[in-house]
Amino acid sequence: MIDPLSRTLARTRWLHRRIRARVGRTDGGGSERSRREETERNAKSETEGQSSTDDRRPRPRPDGRETVRAVETDGWLARLRWSAGLQAAIFWVPPFVLMGWFVYGAIGWNFLISLTDWSGLGQPQYETFNLEMYARMLEDRSFVAAARNTVVLLIAFTGAALGIGLLLAILVDQGIRFENTFRTIYLLPMSLSFVVTAIFWAWMYNPETGMINVVLGGLGADALAMNWMSDPRTKLFSIILALTWQFSGYCMIVYLAGLRTIPDAHYEAARVDGASTVRMYWRVILPQLQAATTSAAIVLMVFSLKAFDFIFVMYGDTPGPSADILAVMMFREAFSRTNWAYGSAIAMVLFLLALAVIAPYIYMQYRRGEL
Amino acid sequence: MGTGESTTTEAATETESARARATRGLDRVGGRRIALYLVLLALIVLYLSPLWSGFTTSLKTAAGFATTTPITPPLPEYVTTEAWLEAWGRMRFAMVNSLVFVLPATVLSAFLGSLAAYGLTKIDWRGQIAILLLFLIGVFIPYQSVLVPLRQFWTIVDLPSLLAFSSTLAARSDLIALAITHTAYGIPICTILFRGYYLTIDDDIVEAAKLDGASSIRIYRRIILPLSKPMFAVTLIYQFTNIWNDLLFALVLVRTSRNFVATQALNELQGAMVGQYNLQMAGAFIVALPTLIIYVVFGSQFAKGLSGESGG
Repeated sequence: MIDPLSRTLARTRWLHRRIRARVGRTDGGGSERSRREETERNAKSETEGQSSTDDRRPRPRPDGRETVRAVETDGWLARLRWSAGLQAAIFWVPPFVLMGWFVYGAIGWNFLISLTDWSGLGQPQYETFNLEMYARMLEDRSFVAAARNTVVLLIAFTGAALGIGLLLAILVDQGIRFENTFRTIYLLPMSLSFVVTAIFWAWMYNPETGMINVVLGGLGADALAMNWMSDPRTKLFSIILALTWQFSGYCMIVYLAGLRTIPDAHYEAARVDGASTVRMYWRVILPQLQAATTSAAIVLMVFSLKAFDFIFVMYGDTPGPSADILAVMMFREAFSRTNWAYGSAIAMVLFLLALAVIAPYIYMQYRRGEL
Repeated sequence: MGTGESTTTEAATETESARARATRGLDRVGGRRIALYLVLLALIVLYLSPLWSGFTTSLKTAAGFATTTPITPPLPEYVTTEAWLEAWGRMRFAMVNSLVFVLPATVLSAFLGSLAAYGLTKIDWRGQIAILLLFLIGVFIPYQSVLVPLRQFWTIVDLPSLLAFSSTLAARSDLIALAITHTAYGIPICTILFRGYYLTIDDDIVEAAKLDGASSIRIYRRIILPLSKPMFAVTLIYQFTNIWNDLLFALVLVRTSRNFVATQALNELQGAMVGQYNLQMAGAFIVALPTLIIYVVFGSQFAKGLSGESGG
């Protein structure tokens, strides 16, 4: 996601020289420091090979905090740090307050609402709080159906998008011509609004003149032509297929980034060992893509929890029990039926699910000092 | 979100493309090579088919899309631009509305994200990680979990009466609320994107400026901001696409139909024009046009923003 390091470094060095010239300082105080950082970095890359599960302290941070802490006993420096904290606050506090209110303030408020019995046109009464709305979910059959579909969507969509994305990445990584053009086209659906893609796919799935049934008919597979969007058996599948189409390009980008860090030597070694292509990718390459898989899977899973726009445009707020998901159900209960408290309770479930997906990942990153 | 991941992406997009990778994967043998290109081309057909079917249909008359398949280009007797013109006539006001609220929200969220990232990267203080975590989780929250309070909040704030001094602003208060909302929810991802970038900026340069006696505000304005240009390109493109494409917040916050945004108006058009597929497809393309153009022109920045979402 950033410029080539070399280019950035060259630019910073140039600026650095300019500033030095301005300050009138030509000695190499800074270069000594960068040398130290370099050794730190080397030490880091040496340990990188070790397993991440052992209980290691976080690595030296890239911003050099460890080095500062070493001389912290000095009272003058401690004061400086304190004032640095104040200076930093000028920058992060205003965005943090705005974001904090809208994100965490709103989630807290939402939790409060979910404990009331607010519905209808009036205002919520923050007097008696109970878990009634959460109990109501368990007895609500449409909640159970929506929760089941959400899980199916999460697993099937994440798996399909990752699989196809990996395939695309491997194909594009064969040193082909016009690689950029291919990549651009596979990623293109990602730039479109779900409102747009839902309208395109509704037309694709049209039972009489839609592209899918026309092609199936042309191939002589009329038996497979279905009423994709209204048949309860294929509703969820139709959604997953379209979303996979939209997101697989994204997975391709993440996997390509991972593939490009694998040295050619690993391919050659597998070749020398006489491994077949499939075997080589399965045994040698795939294990090295674990980081890419994890981070893409997190994004896809969180997306599938909040997938709303696409389904809403295709089916409105009532997709029926075979395609309903929690994100759509929440909107329907709150904004169409004015069951505000119930909608808020469903929203809390979604929030906790998202947290359950990302918490282990963020914790892992934190333990490895990669945050 | 690992720093290792960010160097990864950079390597992918720029340095390596020139490198010959003949030894990788499928053999250099001619036959296999041809098969590879055939598969890649077939995939292109698959990936573009929804757009192709929409595009041909948008240029056909009603008789045209009813009697010919969506694969066939519009035949001379069925070709018409009427659907495009009518869709444009119906959607124009919403396209303007979208532009009016998306642009400020994009710029503001990127700028605030850059400020926050600078405060969390280049100035050393305790507790950075805790604050950073709150930003990071903010990237991933499902917006459903804030929708009901959001509606309550904007009901209580009551922008129309706050803006009563100007009838234009009061009438457009929905769009202002939408811009502020999108700015707030865009801050986390912008902060994460900028932070990944600022970590790669050499500290020496900031240290040198500090020795020079420059305040952190001065350092930000004179050093960090000019260095941030490439990341601003990535973030602005990412945010513009995201905010332009969103429907959910608009459904909740925009109440008067003259303030409908593009995605919302398209959804309405689809609901009102049942069966008029040429009109629906033309409308879909009109809404997609701004993001499509940006994607075609700034494809690599768009990809960087996306991979930053998972790997920054």
